[in-house]
Amino acid sequence: CSHHPGKARDQFQEELVIRPLHSGDIYASFQFRTLWDTDFLQERQKVSHYRLFPKSLGQVLSKFSVRELHISFTQGFWRTMQWGQPFIPSPPGAELWVWFHDTVSDVDGNWKELTNVLSGIFCASLNFIDLTNTVQPSASFKPLGLGNATDHRFLRYATLPREIVCTENLTPWKKLLPCGSKAGLSVLLKSEKLFHSSFHSQAVHIRPVCQDEQCTSKAWELRQTLNVVFDLYTSGQGKKEWSLFKMFSRTLTEACPLATSSKVYVDITDNPELFELSPATPLLSQAVVLGDRRTYSVFDLTRAETFGQLRSLNLLLRWKGDSGMLRPLLHAERYVAGFGLQTGEIHTVIYNNHPYRAFPVLLMDSVPWYLQLYIHTLTVTSKSRDNKPSYIHYQPAKDRHRPHLLEMLIQLPPHSMTEVTVQFERALLKWTEYTPDPNHGFYVGSSVVSALVPSMVAMNTNFTQDQPLFSSFVPVKEESSYFVRVYTEPLLVNLPTPDFSMPYNVICLTCTVVAVGYGSFYNLLTRTFQVDEPSLPLAKRLANLIRRIRGVPLLA
Amino acid sequence: MGYYSLLTTCAFIHLLVFMPYAYSNYLENKAGQFFSSGHTNNWAVLVSLNKLGFWFNYRHVANTLSVYRSVKRLGIPDSHIVLMLADDMACNYRNPKPATVFSHKNMELNVYGDDVEVDYRGYEVTVENFLRVLTGRLPPSTPRSKRLLSDDRSNILIYLTGHGGNGFLKFQDSEEISNMELADAFEQMWQKRRYNELLFIIDTCQGASMYERFYSPNLMALASSQVGEDSLSHQPDLAIGVHLMDKYTFYLLEFLEEVHPASQANMNDLFKVCPQSQCVSTPGHRTDLFQRNPGSVLITDFFGSVRKVEITKDTINLTSSVKPPIQRSGSSDMTIESLTYVDQLPVAEIIHQKPKQKDWHPPDGFILGLWTLILLVFFQTYGIKHLKHIF
Repeated sequence: CSHHPGKARDQFQEELVIRPLHSGDIYASFQFRTLWDTDFLQERQKVSHYRLFPKSLGQVLSKFSVRELHISFTQGFWRTMQWGQPFIPSPPGAELWVWFHDTVSDVDGNWKELTNVLSGIFCASLNFIDLTNTVQPSASFKPLGLGNATDHRFLRYATLPREIVCTENLTPWKKLLPCGSKAGLSVLLKSEKLFHSSFHSQAVHIRPVCQDEQCTSKAWELRQTLNVVFDLYTSGQGKKEWSLFKMFSRTLTEACPLATSSKVYVDITDNPELFELSPATPLLSQAVVLGDRRTYSVFDLTRAETFGQLRSLNLLLRWKGDSGMLRPLLHAERYVAGFGLQTGEIHTVIYNNHPYRAFPVLLMDSVPWYLQLYIHTLTVTSKSRDNKPSYIHYQPAKDRHRPHLLEMLIQLPPHSMTEVTVQFERALLKWTEYTPDPNHGFYVGSSVVSALVPSMVAMNTNFTQDQPLFSSFVPVKEESSYFVRVYTEPLLVNLPTPDFSMPYNVICLTCTVVAVGYGSFYNLLTRTFQVDEPSLPLAKRLANLIRRIRGVPLLA
Repeated sequence: MGYYSLLTTCAFIHLLVFMPYAYSNYLENKAGQFFSSGHTNNWAVLVSLNKLGFWFNYRHVANTLSVYRSVKRLGIPDSHIVLMLADDMACNYRNPKPATVFSHKNMELNVYGDDVEVDYRGYEVTVENFLRVLTGRLPPSTPRSKRLLSDDRSNILIYLTGHGGNGFLKFQDSEEISNMELADAFEQMWQKRRYNELLFIIDTCQGASMYERFYSPNLMALASSQVGEDSLSHQPDLAIGVHLMDKYTFYLLEFLEEVHPASQANMNDLFKVCPQSQCVSTPGHRTDLFQRNPGSVLITDFFGSVRKVEITKDTINLTSSVKPPIQRSGSSDMTIESLTYVDQLPVAEIIHQKPKQKDWHPPDGFILGLWTLILLVFFQTYGIKHLKHIF
């Protein structure tokens, strides 16, 4: 029993937001947040008693002196134009970025060990993250937690676009939750339904945050987020009629007993004709998120009356017709142009859909070393005129050591399309460096576009304890804009691939040439011919014997 | 009548007196049997050697996952199983039912389940990693879940399935492992005392060739086909479009579904799984290196994890509790100023970011040489005496 049985210093909140999308799909976003008043990096006392915070992650934080850790596993690509902006963006594949504490002396060593430990925790191939795909961004990826020192030498960013996400990654992720998958909102997380979707992303975000409104001390926050978009046709059977049972094949029966707050928010702002939500609830909440004021129906799972007579909550949403979706203000695309296996061109297109405001964006590109970029061909054009970036940071690649890193701060004119092009040449790899399936191609990670987009509605800069989780992820510094990060598609490029059956063919051909050509020549030069007396048959030999005795000429 | 009643009472008294003695004898025998097999923990290494990107190699993953499922069901925990799947079939885009891998047609049994932990996947399944896992020679930063931490009292089950030939197995269609290498790896394990007994099961074409060269003690091997024979696949599922399992593993799974943790089925029953009438190929086995009689080896010695429990009647004194260090509840040395979040996109700061101090490097050899050449030529032409005009 503890010597200080005071108020528990950690608390857990869970939340689910359901947002119907105008194309008929439905977007569900889970957030599980554990807040803990402790300091992992304190020298004097080691943390030894873990209650709600998972021990495996706590030990990782203290061993590697991690200040902030963000890891996400995504299957599918977020379609911004059809679905709007996500609450927590993530690129396809696996993405890991970490801020280390400034007491760390060997950041690269800690990074390598950290990726290995995380690959064991999440059953993923994160051990493939090494110096050839790690970059140190100089201006993107500022810490999302508390702190003032932002020396980018302590930041590492890596992405594995090819990483697969499946049940084996979801299982350990679920085991990190205080209630596991037994109670609360996590009972809905069934892999057979979650992976049969257009988009699935699970992430873990750990950072220090303000403990209270005065913000005099730090607390550690662990957020586990899971975003999933169910398709109208594959999961919805073509009808704009969704329910919790249809989405997750489960209904909610109770809140997690360890949670101080457990809520379900349903976005009812877009009100096309005949929008129905049952069971009805009197609780409404308004929040300003992603530059827009949205209204939500709230279901509080900690209150028994939410579950009604049947002791289970199955939300039913039905709507007909289509409401116009708010066009996302920032949107980016990327593709490879060119032909052949020698050269190519990467085009990144960024759209600013705001009617009259211009704003700056920070574009970060990390290209593997085997696509050799020609930076002198870099052009940035907006509205068919040259647009010179106000800040460029370029770190060239070193073969087999480092990838290219290109960061640019570009001012986007209002209502325009900006195109960034750069030419590259494909390198020829050594034959041992090819993967077992080289004809599939090689992946280039997504570009990251970070921007402060002007907001139509004033954002909330006050920090309150009972703010819904989906609106408190990114700290808001000013009212007039909100921070957004957009990821482009990853690229798949083919490198000149040798014919791996070549050694066998070469050996056959060489042996044939040696045997037939050289062998014949050798024989021709060294073979001598001798006349050989054939041996006579027995009868003729006897006859010759008699002839010799007689003295008569011999037979042939 | 009296005689009979005397006899029955005598017998009754005898029974009463000797029964406890007989019972304790029985218990001792049972206890002796309990510790006779010699192993204290169980490990399993399950490998699927399918080709990357080939959807019709679904059956190899289904094979491995069915053995995984049986082994977990009989008690071996995930921390003692090293599962290596060379390709992802469950969340493959061609799978009409994502996050599932079926072993029986009409989608009867999902062997992938909801609680699976794959340790090596995709490109990580290589000959080098497999041999390193077996011999324990892994880099120091490898996490525990990827290691085979067996000791000399561990019984290990090794299951391989994929494509093979006479004396070799294919890994990812780009590498091979020969039967001699495998035999040497097992010998290394024996020398390092990494196993007590080892059961090797292989389901590939010409699988018996892989165990021909074993020479370490305490090895038992089973294969799905003899040298010169092909192992065949079992039944296709029309919805998924591929063959779901191989014949040998399908019948092995059916056999294992009957086994429960307390079952007394032994290895002789396992040798009878899938005779030629069902499998078309002839399964083989090798027991000459194994010290115990196969009839006395239980299936659960390898497939299950029967825990040994020691019951003690003595009381154990726990040491006095360690006092946790007194937590400073007050803010004794904490600053009162409030902490702030960092600006996510500080445009002004970024534009005026000072360029990083480049480390000073001494001039390159070429530049030095060039300057030396220039100076030499200069002094040669003009001579030293003209220097004073310059300086």
